[in-house]
Amino acid sequence: MPANLIQTEAMHLYRLLKEHGFNFFTGVPCSFLSELIEILEAQESYIPAVREDQAIGLASGAYLAGRKPVVLMQNSGIGVSINALASLNLIYKIPILMIISMRGYQIQDAPEHWIMGQTSTRLLEDIGVPYCVTSPGGLEEDLRFCVDEIEKERISAALLVRKGLLG
Amino acid sequence: MKRLEAIEIVSEKLRDYLIFHTNGHICRESAMVRDRKENFYMIGSMGLAPSLALGTALVRPDKKVAVYDGDGSVLMNMGNLAMVGVLKPKNFLHIVFDNEAYGSTGDQRTISRDVPLEKIAQSCGYSLIEKVSLNEDLRAPLERCLAYREGPVFLLIKVLSSDGNACARIQLNPSQITDRFMSAMMG
Repeated sequence: MPANLIQTEAMHLYRLLKEHGFNFFTGVPCSFLSELIEILEAQESYIPAVREDQAIGLASGAYLAGRKPVVLMQNSGIGVSINALASLNLIYKIPILMIISMRGYQIQDAPEHWIMGQTSTRLLEDIGVPYCVTSPGGLEEDLRFCVDEIEKERISAALLVRKGLLG
Repeated sequence: MKRLEAIEIVSEKLRDYLIFHTNGHICRESAMVRDRKENFYMIGSMGLAPSLALGTALVRPDKKVAVYDGDGSVLMNMGNLAMVGVLKPKNFLHIVFDNEAYGSTGDQRTISRDVPLEKIAQSCGYSLIEKVSLNEDLRAPLERCLAYREGPVFLLIKVLSSDGNACARIQLNPSQITDRFMSAMMG
């Protein structure tokens, strides 16, 4: 275990994910998620995917084989994920947990993040993906909300992570 | 050879495989040839059939996993070839029915006539590559693929475009496909 990360919020989230039984991890990185990915690389087999929809496909295949998968991505990846979610996960009832970092969301950010930062939550709402914008102290409850959607409704859900929350 | 004929020959030999299907006519023809609970028909999300198959193959190395893919689908998400080639699941058989066309939308041409997909798969790290041209017999290359135990294996079969047989759509609803396939996995 990376010693410098033991007390971090990223480690807290990792432990919560394990408590909920998540056991397949893939995704495309974001700097906001780098500590979590470092922990996953050290503790689990984290599979770096080449694109976000491809990570969703991989996670979906793992679900069919009995795993509880998690996909990590930056909100820019929502763009290429919409079709996978709309024409695979949501209609097939293949639920995955997405942990999505929120570039350009209620913060100053680089121009390439402006539009997606403003529209990420709306896009998820429009296609029917439940989500939580998590905050310090709210991780446990927000993750539980996502897990309930996944386990009770078999709907993919997203935990949205602001800048700075996970290191 | 027509694609339907190729699917008949392949499916006859893949009775102990989990088979993931790309969307469009490949799904429908395979369902018509032999519908079974071990078939996963991916009716949308074009390009992601190998991703699904890879996820399952990695989690269940005890199962034989195949993909029925198309040239348009491979071209749409070529990153799959790289991931499969790098992760090297031994139990992974990637079959591409290559008609050099988007057959399900009216046979508009793809670019696979000029892009040798099997060479890309080879460069990505697939262990065995077989290519069957239009007038070649599929059976011997198929047998070599099935006998090979150190996958991933890539089998490209050139087939005729516009074979004129429009098959019925998949009758199961998507969540039924999931449930049926998962019950087959348990068994």
